[in-house]
Amino acid sequence: MHKVLGDRKAIFLFIAPALLIFLVLLLVPIIWSSVYTFFEGSLIKGFDFAGLSNYFAIFSDPDFYNSLWTTIKFTLVVTTGQVFLGLMLSLLFVFYIKKASFLIRTLVFFPVVLPTVAIAQLFSKLFEIAPNYGLINSLLEVLNMEQYIEPWLGQTSTAFWILCIMEIWKAMGFYAVILYAGLMDVPEDVLEAAKIDGAKGWKLTQFIVLPLIKPILISSVIFSLSGTLKVFEQVVALTNGGPGKSTTTLSVYMYQQAFTSGNYGYGSTIALVLLFLTLVITLVVYRVSWKDATK
Amino acid sequence: MGLATAKQKKPFNFKHTIFNLLGKLLIFTIVVIAVYPVFWLLMSSLKAPGEFSASPMYALPEGFYFQNYVEAWNTGNMGTYFKNSIIATFPALLFIILIGAASAFAIEKMQWKMKKVILLLFISGIMVPIPIVLLPIFTMYFHTGLLNNLFGLILVYIAFGLPLTIFLFTSYFKAVPNELIESAVMDGASIYRIFFSIGLPMILNAVVTVALVQFFFVWNDLIFAMTFVSDSDLRTIQTGLMSFAGQYGQRAWGPTFASISMAVLPTLFLYLFLNRAVMKGMTSGAVKG
Repeated sequence: MHKVLGDRKAIFLFIAPALLIFLVLLLVPIIWSSVYTFFEGSLIKGFDFAGLSNYFAIFSDPDFYNSLWTTIKFTLVVTTGQVFLGLMLSLLFVFYIKKASFLIRTLVFFPVVLPTVAIAQLFSKLFEIAPNYGLINSLLEVLNMEQYIEPWLGQTSTAFWILCIMEIWKAMGFYAVILYAGLMDVPEDVLEAAKIDGAKGWKLTQFIVLPLIKPILISSVIFSLSGTLKVFEQVVALTNGGPGKSTTTLSVYMYQQAFTSGNYGYGSTIALVLLFLTLVITLVVYRVSWKDATK
Repeated sequence: MGLATAKQKKPFNFKHTIFNLLGKLLIFTIVVIAVYPVFWLLMSSLKAPGEFSASPMYALPEGFYFQNYVEAWNTGNMGTYFKNSIIATFPALLFIILIGAASAFAIEKMQWKMKKVILLLFISGIMVPIPIVLLPIFTMYFHTGLLNNLFGLILVYIAFGLPLTIFLFTSYFKAVPNELIESAVMDGASIYRIFFSIGLPMILNAVVTVALVQFFFVWNDLIFAMTFVSDSDLRTIQTGLMSFAGQYGQRAWGPTFASISMAVLPTLFLYLFLNRAVMKGMTSGAVKG
């Protein structure tokens, strides 16, 4: 038996292609990128050893702090929005629409599969002001609310929020479906018993339902966090970081530094900070919620 | 007794009706928010040039102006972009599934020492933010002639598709009984034969699910395509759409809407027919992780 299942040559043939590609295009680049942080220059300019200067530079760079703050703000707004609305939708599916909710779930999930670029183009047309009003401004006009007509994506005060709305719109159905599956696993007799004890509505949700789906709620939050912290494509396709620097997130700033300005070392340093940030935040959420759960 | 319940029921019913109406309204609003933007997109793609300034944006098109699609396909090069996306996506999918399943099979069903470590290594790849790998891969591709080459794109799609694929496949292989594999070994089947005629068929549902998930990731990719391909003849749908909207977006609304629609339609149709599998597949990464 072991002769066949422990056949080294077969194991090698099965594992080698995947492992090779994984090592060359994922693991080695991470290490390589960390090495870049000690250099300055680019492929064209050539590289010079720079010691820790990239690390010193990053902590006195106002644009870095700006993009870090934009990223954190975006993450807080979008993760809260996605998971909260997803939870509300899933509760609605389970306790109000009940068995007939499949169609609604399918429709609400639909934006998840659409290409980011197409969604961004669609949103830029929704919020367009010139040469023609987009859908939103057009509706405001017909409702006689002309004073609310805005160049939504053309001014710093609103562009960030349109970006948040787009990202919440795209993914809330995703979290609704995940949390719906979690709610379906809540045993019926637990709910019945709580109802007999007089719990209903919010009380029932708050004290019985939410604690029971806590594990899936936590993994939703972690999943959403790791997606929103590295947000790139949505920004590039909708606003390209602008107007000004109002939507420049860490990933976008890294890309500009690396590919537009040709600062490989500095770009890699920003990317490393992003990787570190993702790991730390995920770990903290995991630890805090885990501790809480054992109390 | 009967009277008492009837009395109690009346005001309750009234409240119930209001509640019911509000609930219906809420559900209607949710569906409108989820679906209407895409409906509006498809309708706008059929409008003739004059309609955008002459009638409000929410108006339905006056006819079916398919000329927009013709223009986007030819002048906007969407035809070329479609071809490139297909050339990049399907070989990548095939290899993700094949070598992903082979690795998962070896990790879950075969006997060797390092398998736990290797699995953990693969799974850790799920968390990696893409920006950190771009510069080194760009440098490697620069030296090996893989920039502006669809083959280079296929390779990164495989690399980044593998972690989730291997993670999901190992959990599916776990459910395949070991006795099945062992009895095949007793019967004298080779390990390759076992993989292809027992392993793969036993997880066929998972193969479909994973292939769907990876299809959406690869087909919708922007970051790799915009970094490693700059040649306009090799653009994929996503990068092509970006450049199209940049060039014509302000002036030619009809063809712009048509090109966005063309990018959306393949995913729309796939979702229309396979929505259960898509929903299950897309969420499995978050649920199991």
